[in-house]
Amino acid sequence: MRDPHMSAVTETLQLDRGDEALRPGAGAGRLTLDHLDTLESESIHIFREVGAEFERPVLLFSGGKDSVVMLHLAAKAFWPAPIPFPLLHVDTGHNFPEVLAYRDRAVAEKGVRLEVATVQDYIDDGRLAERTDGTRNPLQTQPLLDAIADHRFDAVFGGGRRDEEKARAKERIFSLRDEFGAWDPRNQRPELWNLYNGRHRPGEHVRVFPLSNWTELDIWRYIAREGIDLPELYYAHEREVFERDGMLLAVGPVSQPRGTETVVTKQVRYRTVGDMSCTGAVESGAETVGEVIVEVAATRLTERGATRADDRISEAAMEDRKKEGYF
Amino acid sequence: MTVTAVRNHAHATLLRLATAGSVDDGKSTLVGRLLHDTKSVLADQLDALERVSRNRGLAHADLALLTDGLRAEREQGITIDVAYRYFATAERSFILADCPGHVQYTRNTVTGASTADAVILLVDARKGVLVQTRRHMAVAALLRVPYVIVAVNKIDLVGFDEATYAGVAADLAVVATELGLPDLRIIPVSALDGDNVVDRSARTDWYDGPSLLEILETLPVADDPGEEHFRFPVQLTLRPQEAARDVAHREYRGYAGQIASGVVRVGDEVVVLPSGRRTTIAGIDTADGELVQAFAPRSVTLRLTDDIDVARGDLIADASSAPEPTRDLVATVCWLSDVPLSKHSRMLLKHTTRATRAIVSAVDGVLDLDAVQIVPAQDLGLNDIGRLRIRTAEPIVAEPYAGHRRTGAFLLIDAQTGQTLAAGMVGDPLAGEAAQAEQWDI
Repeated sequence: MRDPHMSAVTETLQLDRGDEALRPGAGAGRLTLDHLDTLESESIHIFREVGAEFERPVLLFSGGKDSVVMLHLAAKAFWPAPIPFPLLHVDTGHNFPEVLAYRDRAVAEKGVRLEVATVQDYIDDGRLAERTDGTRNPLQTQPLLDAIADHRFDAVFGGGRRDEEKARAKERIFSLRDEFGAWDPRNQRPELWNLYNGRHRPGEHVRVFPLSNWTELDIWRYIAREGIDLPELYYAHEREVFERDGMLLAVGPVSQPRGTETVVTKQVRYRTVGDMSCTGAVESGAETVGEVIVEVAATRLTERGATRADDRISEAAMEDRKKEGYF
Repeated sequence: MTVTAVRNHAHATLLRLATAGSVDDGKSTLVGRLLHDTKSVLADQLDALERVSRNRGLAHADLALLTDGLRAEREQGITIDVAYRYFATAERSFILADCPGHVQYTRNTVTGASTADAVILLVDARKGVLVQTRRHMAVAALLRVPYVIVAVNKIDLVGFDEATYAGVAADLAVVATELGLPDLRIIPVSALDGDNVVDRSARTDWYDGPSLLEILETLPVADDPGEEHFRFPVQLTLRPQEAARDVAHREYRGYAGQIASGVVRVGDEVVVLPSGRRTTIAGIDTADGELVQAFAPRSVTLRLTDDIDVARGDLIADASSAPEPTRDLVATVCWLSDVPLSKHSRMLLKHTTRATRAIVSAVDGVLDLDAVQIVPAQDLGLNDIGRLRIRTAEPIVAEPYAGHRRTGAFLLIDAQTGQTLAAGMVGDPLAGEAAQAEQWDI
């Protein structure tokens, strides 16, 4: 019964990570999982519940760090079987080229199928109109909901974390969407123990957030611990940027300086990855994952406050978009 | 911070907290103070807070606004739903379920307490123990939350008076003894001014105990898997066959799940329930390699020595302590739906990883939270805690919730709408505990 491949792994494992019995926990004499192991086990449990109870799950994948961690956890949850669902990327057309390249590399490496829903197609044929501010994050909702309906996806994994934003702080791990894809924050199912209720009627689907209880710092510590590869723009690099609304935007095909905005070259990195026209960079010298952890631990600004123009529109910007079916 | 420091922190433990309290006892202010004083509120959030507070004509930033996330909550100035907050110190990471005190308080407190290692309960020093305080303590006792910490708040408004505090503390100890709470800590605080929240206050020099944060950082993690029976609800079978990316795994068959309680070692004798077949553990796998042993709450994949029928919903348990499968349950449930029990005929019962059809064969009564006893009732409505007899279509491997928080808990779900109707606990979690008098730490 014993697999020769795994026996070979055992020795390295015991040298590297240690047997749990030999590693004392925080409480003297008690067996205690550390906090990243606890979060990892909780997320794996969630992936497996969905894998067992739903017929057509899909994992939203943008190449951003949270979706990269999700892919890593999904692979662990079903190992040695392959990940039993495809990925879905809602492509704004306003991508950072290195993130798209990363996406394709990750998909090939994990051997999963990638579906792409393209905002540009909707603009080209008139189903969606370009916004006056030029940003496309809010335009992702329609292609996302159409892809869910077309593929009859019944569970949609998202990388949302409750520490990101105050509307997300109120959302369940299993979050029901009605036949219009809408979230009703005032009528959510109570979520008890680790018993998730994924029942839904035809046409409804469930958004599932395995990273609900992770913070930005947890994500980075986990990336460090697991040695997870990320798109290069998460680390400090030189880039031509200009300042708008207190944010540093990259010069690119969809984000050009206007009026008095002047282009300067700065050492920057990205804390989040999204629509290039409204995702800001932060000045940073953090070139390694260890340096990023130090920087995130000391930061005085939230991830979204520092880098997302679209979340600054109003106090309830995220809640309003989520009610319509956004991520 | 050096790499060593980062690594050390990564080994810190996680403590899950839930708050409870009545309206206007300063709960949101306490949570805001805890977040603020542990540097968990960032500059842009503080700016937004100050701006909104100014717009409302307040002189100081209202820390309570930190926890109200929804538009309706901000517009109406009330908290509707449980919000989850995250903060960390060098010692520990915390997940805090902030449960609103008024509308549907039972539903919210039950939700928050179901996963909590500790409940922080607020009491107004001027008002002392209220009916609502008793109820919150009863819910914590019912849900078997290991620790209850009572913050006697607004101690500044009673002039930091030791006698007032001692009176409230004595009343709390009486209630805790009646309910059989396993561990009660009491602390005088002023959430508004920060006394004894993070730092010990000089204004309560008669109190020589720890601050709230010190308590939170040093509470021993209550569950010790080393002292529990091994329980493993099977989530799914991993059997990659031709889809295996590694040819060596084509014959692989493992059972994936999260350990609900206890420790498992390779070679352990186990029983698969409800079938009752016995076998031994051949291997404990993770994507990172094999383990010699693993304990709750780790997610692992088990391989068994014998090729027996195992499927989702089965429980793999330590052979020496295996519970009996049953189709008849006596249970305590908290009714969470606006529509009363009597209007539901078709229900599903979800227990560990098994969902089965269920009918309520009898309502034994409803819990009077004030007297802490069951009184006769015909039906259960929103926020009622009742005693039911339930019959299931398939046998389930249920254990008394009192000793088994994971394998003793279940949901009742409406089979048609899919709504969660009730939080259920096998047996009577409060029974037999009242006699368990302890020395309270006051």
